[in-house]
Amino acid sequence: MHLALFLIFGALAVASAVNLVAQRHPINSALSLVVVMGSLAVLYLLLGAEFVAAIQVIVYAGAIMVLFIFVIMLLNAGEEERTRGSRVAMAVGIPGLIVLAGALMVSLSERNPAARDRVPVGAMFGPPVEVGRALFRQFLLPFEVTSILILIAIMGAVLLARYHAPHPPVARALDPDEAAELLEIAGTHGSATGARERARQEVRR
Amino acid sequence: MTVPLSYYLTLSAILFALGVLAFIIKRNIITIFMSIELMLNAVNLSFVAFAAHWKQLSGQIFVFFVMVVAAAEAAVGLAIIIAVFRTRDTLNVDDVNLLKL
Repeated sequence: MHLALFLIFGALAVASAVNLVAQRHPINSALSLVVVMGSLAVLYLLLGAEFVAAIQVIVYAGAIMVLFIFVIMLLNAGEEERTRGSRVAMAVGIPGLIVLAGALMVSLSERNPAARDRVPVGAMFGPPVEVGRALFRQFLLPFEVTSILILIAIMGAVLLARYHAPHPPVARALDPDEAAELLEIAGTHGSATGARERARQEVRR
Repeated sequence: MTVPLSYYLTLSAILFALGVLAFIIKRNIITIFMSIELMLNAVNLSFVAFAAHWKQLSGQIFVFFVMVVAAAEAAVGLAIIIAVFRTRDTLNVDDVNLLKL
């Protein structure tokens, strides 16, 4: 049963990650990333990490991905265009993917004697009570430091995303069309001072 | 009924490699950012698997901190993306080749 659940949700996660790479529109990539995160939450539940599974759904699939989708829609991001560089990246990237995945699998799984053991799945290891106790006793200082980190991140995000209004133009050179217009105005009103006054108004406008 | 730890580690390696692949071949800056999140998720999976294997809660605490840092990083990174888009009118990383805003 657990093996079946692992295979189903692991395959779902890998398929969605492949879809993330294959899709060209960022909103499709974002939605497949949500599926990856949801199936990873199920895997965390299988491993008995209930707290992490809940946080995964609430923080990752909820908050962070909503932020991503919000920005994609705000910036009206379209499909990405192909460039010459992207073909080179594809030619390097896909063999690189295979090499990297193989190397990671060998180093993590084959050479690791612990990896041959089996995980007692769903043994209710690490209930939220224990996690909270460890977080607020053993790891209290890192916890407080992360709160400062989040404060800095909030201020940085506000500062970076703030709209800087462009400076109003101080002076502007007259182009020939405007000069002709001014001459016309001067002709109708007959006086040079009146024309200058009009010209100032025009420029200001 | 149990699942071997190596299955979890293999899945984690595959997800991480797919994240690296997306990071390399994607040209949209938001998608590149999402592939970083995918890599962080893959690492989180191996953290939780090792935590369950060694019966150490520290692994889950690490995942918690990784998520906090990822949230902070997403907020700041998306703010940078908005600032870049405002000045350059593009999300293509090939066109964003100067650090100057």
